[in-house]
Amino acid sequence: MTDFFTMASLVFVVGSGIRLATPFLLAGLGETIGQRSGVLNLGVDGVMLLGAFGAYWTILETGRPVAGVFVGLGVGLVMGVVYGVVTVTLRAEQGVSGIGIFLFGLGMSDLLFQKKVGTPLPIRGFGEWHVPVLSRIPKFGEMFFQHSVLVYLAFLLVPLVAFLLNRTTFGLNVRAVGENPAAADSLGVSVARVRYTTILLANGLAGLAGAVLAIELGIFQQNLTNGQGFIAIALVYFGAWRPVGVMGGALLFGMVSATVLQWKTLGLVSGATSSLTAMAPAVLTIVALVVISRTVGQPAALTRPFDRGR
Amino acid sequence: MAGLLVPIGAVVAAFLVGGVMLLVLGVNPIRGYGALLDGAFGDVDALADTAIKSMPLLLVGIGICIAFRASVINIGGEGQMIAGAIVSTLVALAVPDVPRLFLVPLVLLGGLVGGAIWGAIPGALKAYSGVNEILSTIMLNIVAVQLMNFLLRDLIMDPYEKDGGRIPQTRRLSHNSDLPLLPGDTRLHIGVLVALAMAVLAWGLLWRTSLGYRLRAVGHSPAAARYAGMSVKRTIVAALTLSGAMCGLAGAILVFGSESHRFVTDGSSVGFTGSAGFNGIVTALFGGLHPLWTIPSSFFFGGLLFGANAMQRAVQVPAALIVALNGLVVVFVVSSDRMRRAVGENLGRGRDPAPHDDVEAQP
Repeated sequence: MTDFFTMASLVFVVGSGIRLATPFLLAGLGETIGQRSGVLNLGVDGVMLLGAFGAYWTILETGRPVAGVFVGLGVGLVMGVVYGVVTVTLRAEQGVSGIGIFLFGLGMSDLLFQKKVGTPLPIRGFGEWHVPVLSRIPKFGEMFFQHSVLVYLAFLLVPLVAFLLNRTTFGLNVRAVGENPAAADSLGVSVARVRYTTILLANGLAGLAGAVLAIELGIFQQNLTNGQGFIAIALVYFGAWRPVGVMGGALLFGMVSATVLQWKTLGLVSGATSSLTAMAPAVLTIVALVVISRTVGQPAALTRPFDRGR
Repeated sequence: MAGLLVPIGAVVAAFLVGGVMLLVLGVNPIRGYGALLDGAFGDVDALADTAIKSMPLLLVGIGICIAFRASVINIGGEGQMIAGAIVSTLVALAVPDVPRLFLVPLVLLGGLVGGAIWGAIPGALKAYSGVNEILSTIMLNIVAVQLMNFLLRDLIMDPYEKDGGRIPQTRRLSHNSDLPLLPGDTRLHIGVLVALAMAVLAWGLLWRTSLGYRLRAVGHSPAAARYAGMSVKRTIVAALTLSGAMCGLAGAILVFGSESHRFVTDGSSVGFTGSAGFNGIVTALFGGLHPLWTIPSSFFFGGLLFGANAMQRAVQVPAALIVALNGLVVVFVVSSDRMRRAVGENLGRGRDPAPHDDVEAQP
């Protein structure tokens, strides 16, 4: 039995952890923007699946990973329009309509995959991009600077989203609409327009997250996400509705998963016992939810449709 | 009858969309849907199989009715089904020699208890710590799946599989725990009757008992219920506990009513539940959150999901189409104005005041 506490293990756990965290991070950032405006989108997992299939199929047909990324984003935006109509214009209950979107994405991505592709063929991804100079720092470079360009892009979005929410007029409107839509409305902010915008951003990022997942894995299959979209939603609560917090949660999830993988590789845990360790992130999230619900409040208008007449 | 318009309209709309999708895939929709309906409701055997497939949808649907009526959103049906299956399986493994007359009720009780525990946890977390039940039930689904994977690959794995095929499943469970078949030459077992009885009991609970009155009152307006002297917190725990118990019972019946008489998975939640924990939400909404209307609703959706396999064989369209259409039905139903009023009174407005508005009374 090999020892886990080696430099090689650390490099693997941190490096893989960052890579595994990327889809969580993208979907979680999108969901954060949505929830700050008072919109809970439970359909993330379904949108991720559709984005993943869209990207996968595009790359299979064209051989161009960039095209796949844009298709994933586009699929997400289309689903965003649907979700906007349902929850903003028609004011449907958000939790249940999200489950509807999830089931639609689950079935539709599977249907299209079986009908259009059938057997899982591998696709070509972006490959690693070694950041000049930094990637050559021993160990450190391997952990942080030898990733796919998509990984850097996702982490770059963290400060961007934080800036958008905290330092721009649009962000101020988003937070106002999420806390007190009636007050925002009376000050001339269009609640519907703000929420449509955040829903488009949230779903676009969810589609992108799916695309990144498919591209990084180089494959598509039925239920590829295996519930990752639901975890991304939990990460938003975990991160207390702050982009940096969501990043922390995504990294924690990614590194715990990578640790379990490494334990398995080293033969430290059997396949069965690794199931027990795979519970850890979910249990941790529940604990975090308990702590967070006592300390910080969620956006006051979360899940509540806005009806101007009432 | 006007109340039926919305759900039926939603199904018609979803299937029109599905028809267009079939056309795009180059399949005659009438042939496709014809094969589906024939496979689901065509003859006695098909009807019996449809009834068996509908059982978990009905039980989960009943659980959803109870939770949603109390304004509690239970997304944890999958995990609660698994928890019920685990406890009932452990019971059957622990006391395999108890006579059948007692062991069958005992394993069903095990299912109820397992699901109830898995529902009570998010209930207590919501009532006493203000943790959003949507999140906690989703997380507990993940925990339940991993617990199932561990148990079926280790502690209660079939000894033959440990050396051989390594399929995550138990050994064939005690013959004394097999659910008795109903008279007639079909695969129908008493699990179907149990589910029907539960629908009637749940209806009685919701509209004929004081607990049911409290559940609905809290669902309608937590503030008013509190003002009337009801314990909102205990009612929330009760709602999720009962909801989980129904799902857990579905899990137990899935194990002991199965052809193989084993608890078996493919490593995912869907592998055991067939997504009934989510699809039960569809049937409950379609049944207007009424346990008795959920009976025909579950039978209908069970038929669609079962008939989809016949459609797949006949016109080579993957059965996944029906899962997608179910999603559309949900979206259409909750988007319609009439339904929004009906469901909204339980979910939308029932949810304010938001948990953090006043500390003393977190609903």
